[in-house]
Amino acid sequence: MILVIDVCAERLHFYEFVKPVLDIVKDEEVLCTYYLDLNLDDLARCDKVIICGTSLKDDGFVEDIDKFSWLKDFEKPVLGICAGFQILGLVFGGKLGKKKEVGFFKEEFVSDFLGLEGEVEVYHLHNNYVDFPKEWRIFAGEYFAQAVNWKNFYGVLFHPEVRNRDLILRFALL
Amino acid sequence: MKLAVLFSGGKDSTLAAFIAKKEGYDLGCLVSISSKNKESFMFHVPSIDKVVRQAEVMGIPLILKESSGKKEAELKDLKIALVDAIDRFGIEGVVTGAIGSVYQATRVQKICGELGLECFNPLWQKDQIELLRDLIKEKFSVIIVGVAAYPLGQDFLGKKIDAGFIEEMVRLRNEFDINPAGEGGEFESFVLDCPLFSRGLDVIGFEDFGEKNSWRREIELK
Repeated sequence: MILVIDVCAERLHFYEFVKPVLDIVKDEEVLCTYYLDLNLDDLARCDKVIICGTSLKDDGFVEDIDKFSWLKDFEKPVLGICAGFQILGLVFGGKLGKKKEVGFFKEEFVSDFLGLEGEVEVYHLHNNYVDFPKEWRIFAGEYFAQAVNWKNFYGVLFHPEVRNRDLILRFALL
Repeated sequence: MKLAVLFSGGKDSTLAAFIAKKEGYDLGCLVSISSKNKESFMFHVPSIDKVVRQAEVMGIPLILKESSGKKEAELKDLKIALVDAIDRFGIEGVVTGAIGSVYQATRVQKICGELGLECFNPLWQKDQIELLRDLIKEKFSVIIVGVAAYPLGQDFLGKKIDAGFIEEMVRLRNEFDINPAGEGGEFESFVLDCPLFSRGLDVIGFEDFGEKNSWRREIELK
């Protein structure tokens, strides 16, 4: 079962940032939960976790980073998308930096990252980036990380649910 | 939260407004940009002056702004209209009917960012056939008022979005790669009734303009 975590404080953002991800993994068994309603049973039952993104202005999750401390000991595959990516960085000791990017950007993937390799056009919608400890491998990002992996953790600062849906499908098949 | 609806009078912006209301948001005003550029990538054109009637039956104030339709002027006009919406109605966010157009979404996101507004796109990445089915489920009465893609012609104007229409769009998608929701401007729609309206609007006449695969219908409402 894939546990999809919604971090949108504004309920209307569910349709824009969570539902498209649910649509992509619709053939899998899925449980969707709001991050403040997350319980240990859900984490024990699931096989993997996707933490979705949210809007430029909706960043209440940053104040609730302690709600994600379970990630430190979590051993199942996790994919963090945009806000989820920032959460991964923050939980493992990174700091946020300011950089607004909105729209399509070309990113160079140095080697295969969940099916993306070489120059790929990705959709950005973020105000911040985050840094990661040095053991995390950066797959894309010239000035700051756009795609990272360390052990069971995968993160993308961009939104793969827009035009790069296969990345999410590949994660679902890990 | 009080929102401005970026409103064209068509199915997508009306459905987006409906979802926002259903989720408990307050629809503070409608914002419509009437572009003189018939090829506008940002704003849909047919029957836009009829949005005045839609605003009346919704009981929501309308900010209708004319734009020359030149690319950057359109965005400036949208920004001016949104500043007006903030000043007059105290809106804190915008809701749009964007589905897959990164061009539109990116520009609206940037303007909202500059004005400190939330930006909501509840139809974003939505399956196009699912969207048409939702319109029927939610009792939307929608007609086609413009076409701009082969093989659509004048006979497509006036069609109602119903189960038969969805079947036809599935066929057109498979045969001609037509986007079933028409977001690429393949067709334009107009909402005659939906749960946001206090009463339905009746078409009592129309006039068609165009040729070959490019037509628009100017409707006359009772």
